[in-house]
Amino acid sequence: MHDMSAPAVHGAPTSFIRKHVFSTDHKVIGKQYYALALVAAFVGMFLSWIMRIHLGWGSFAIPGLHLLSKTGAPGDVLTPEYYLQLMTMHGTIMVFFVLTTAPFAAFGNFFLPIQTGAEDMPFPHFNMMSFWVTFVGFLVLVASFFLGDGPTLGGWTQYAPLSAIGSVGGPGEGLGVVLWATSIAIFCIGQLLGSLNFITTTLDMRCKGMSLMRLPLSTWAWFITSIMGLTAFAVLLPACILLILDNVAGTSFFVASNLVINDQMLPHSGGSTLLWQHLFWFFGHPEVYIAIVPGMGIVSHVLITNMRRPMLSHRVLIYSMGSLAVLSYMVYGHHMFVSGMNPISSLAFSFPTLVITIPSTIVVLIWLGSLYGSRLRINAASLFALGFISMFISGGISGFFLAQPSIDIMLHATYFVVGHFHLVMGVAAMFGIFAGTYFWFPKMVGRMMNETLGKIHFWMSFVGAYCIFMPFHYLGIASNVRRYQAFTDDYLIPLIPVHKFITIAALFTGFAQLIFLYNLIHSRFWGAHAPNDNPWEGTSLEWSTATPPPHNNFGDKMPVVYHDPYQYSVEGASADYIMQASPENVHSPDEEK
Amino acid sequence: MAKIFAVTIVVIAIASAIPIVMHMWPMPPDISTHGHLIDEQFSDTMVEAGVSFLASQLLLAFFVWKFSTSKPSDKIKRFPGGAAGLVIAAFLLVGTECLALGVFGAKAWASVYFTPPAANALPVQVQAGQFAFYFRYPGPDGTFGPIHPDQISEANANFFGLDTTHDQASKDDIVTAEMAIPVNREIHLLMHSKDVGHSFYVPELRVQQDFVPGLDVSLHFTATKIGKYEIVCTQLCGLGHYNMKAYLEVKSQEDYDTWIKQQAALQ
Repeated sequence: MHDMSAPAVHGAPTSFIRKHVFSTDHKVIGKQYYALALVAAFVGMFLSWIMRIHLGWGSFAIPGLHLLSKTGAPGDVLTPEYYLQLMTMHGTIMVFFVLTTAPFAAFGNFFLPIQTGAEDMPFPHFNMMSFWVTFVGFLVLVASFFLGDGPTLGGWTQYAPLSAIGSVGGPGEGLGVVLWATSIAIFCIGQLLGSLNFITTTLDMRCKGMSLMRLPLSTWAWFITSIMGLTAFAVLLPACILLILDNVAGTSFFVASNLVINDQMLPHSGGSTLLWQHLFWFFGHPEVYIAIVPGMGIVSHVLITNMRRPMLSHRVLIYSMGSLAVLSYMVYGHHMFVSGMNPISSLAFSFPTLVITIPSTIVVLIWLGSLYGSRLRINAASLFALGFISMFISGGISGFFLAQPSIDIMLHATYFVVGHFHLVMGVAAMFGIFAGTYFWFPKMVGRMMNETLGKIHFWMSFVGAYCIFMPFHYLGIASNVRRYQAFTDDYLIPLIPVHKFITIAALFTGFAQLIFLYNLIHSRFWGAHAPNDNPWEGTSLEWSTATPPPHNNFGDKMPVVYHDPYQYSVEGASADYIMQASPENVHSPDEEK
Repeated sequence: MAKIFAVTIVVIAIASAIPIVMHMWPMPPDISTHGHLIDEQFSDTMVEAGVSFLASQLLLAFFVWKFSTSKPSDKIKRFPGGAAGLVIAAFLLVGTECLALGVFGAKAWASVYFTPPAANALPVQVQAGQFAFYFRYPGPDGTFGPIHPDQISEANANFFGLDTTHDQASKDDIVTAEMAIPVNREIHLLMHSKDVGHSFYVPELRVQQDFVPGLDVSLHFTATKIGKYEIVCTQLCGLGHYNMKAYLEVKSQEDYDTWIKQQAALQ
């Protein structure tokens, strides 16, 4: 644990640049990550709108679309290749720059040090670098819209050899791929630096009395995620470097011999196309949990505060999230059941994929069991947390199908898969972000968000997301193939009305996000001031400090922790909650010794 | 508002189940000898997943309905059996479910991948390239001639890079743009990609397999129903991916014999 007599990690900045731009303060960095994720989320959402309109009404001219690309959208109508390019950018931006950035890097940066009772992270300059490197990664990715023949069209998974053979593979497959791989490699560096800080803060910077089991569930989730990040991004980084080399240096890591395009043999030999898939999914499946585990932590934290009771078992939730992290490395092959991988390997990957449903089920049952007999408060934050549970159940259960190679023969690469991962790692993770935003906004900026708008945002998002993603499953069962810009096959034509319904639902749900954006910006500048430092009557350390927290988080007096993180409704206590830093000598029988 | 949330979840859960129960958008009908194993596995999984989905969503709705109206003076209640009971229940129920699905699912998978093709299976080679499938039949000698990648030429319609001048086995090979097979006869499909990754997906045949550039993959199946079906590519292969398709015609043995003779005459 951290020595309380040690000085603060670094002094308060005095210049505007060091305070707001190149800041080493984890709270500023957290907000910067949040802002980046916000911009990225809206870019990704607008891309999805364009794609959905195109899928519903292929010849519809979207006013102004040609401004994005004259060749990709002549007459404001998407070309087939530009559809794939936008689809690739949508997936990449959402997975990397939103689902990883917001729940993990943004909230984790702001609150992990505070919840552990630290003044800052141990490597603040690495932390600053982590954000700015990620920001540069985003700029490099966005630059591909405007350079060469546009972004890569190979999908966010960038399967080789299409991604490794250069511009001969199609539009965006030269410079577009190089920019994509460079962006992701840079992103990996940022996340490695961030993960390093999260791990060391959790292990070495905890304040007096803060044992590991006294850490809130949100901090545990960020800690577990950072361990996954450290190992997963460390594999994706070299994979991206190899992909860049295949494109620019004539190497053949991912390109086999004797391939022919346009009647010309490619100048590559000896590479393995499946190698890319192994490397990518070794990162890719833990990435699913990198996106969702922070949401589990945030939602648990928000729910407990609003249930006015601790979780049924703090330890079981931590162990379950840890099990998910460990198993996430043993299941990645389920993405490759029909890839040409040895069929025996498919069975070997199938069993852990089925087994991972056990810790997932335990997490859900603990949430449900904790709701039982609670005193649930309903507000925008708790609604999104409850919505998260519903979405996680719906998205997780379809995993039963995709875990089995025999069923995957039918469902692989169909909209069933798209519906599954959008619900479980997209919508659920977004609901975790929203729950965290409505909950922690007063602590982050000192003002409250508008609750009424927050609830409207929830209802529209909740109903809208189900209207989008449940029909995806039905389409998949009917064998509707994904990544098609138009449905010209005889058996797909009858499904087009379902796509039109989904498009309308997507526009409706997207509109709800504009309400959120308005609420966020308006509340930031003109929202009601937070009534006190602890408006939700929470117990963890962020509610013990000023709003917003001072530079070193706790001012002159560093906290000492006396209690478990969630001491609500303890018999004999002076209120219905006891804060972690409260010396009140009343303990529940369940407190960790 | 909690009650509205609970009702909304119930409505969504039931509405989500209706299209499945009513088979509004069903799987295409199965026309293969092995497909019933996949379909049965799918149905069993749907029952188990459906019950889990409805039970957990309805439980969530019920608890939110019941416990959001508690007064501050109400005592917090502990779930009967506590966390230990729930963990044991998860291990027993989901563990059994996983084991059952895993074991029976493995059987269905093995029927497709772990059995060798019959000795009299009809070999057909399929080559995928941006953005078309081509098919090759070995001709009367029953042997495919070797592929020479450097001789592949779309312009000269030499899609497989065959050297009919020097390779004896290539002389009688029959190359087509559509696939025809006899009904109730096992097919040994030899899959080859000439450029990037593609996939061979015929939903009615319960077959989906990626082409792996640099690696020849094989499959075997038997179609049981005469008809015309679409072969689509499911592996993103470039700008024309959505339009990469061919037709599979399942014919009677006589019709197939006639067709293959006609194709041989066209070579």
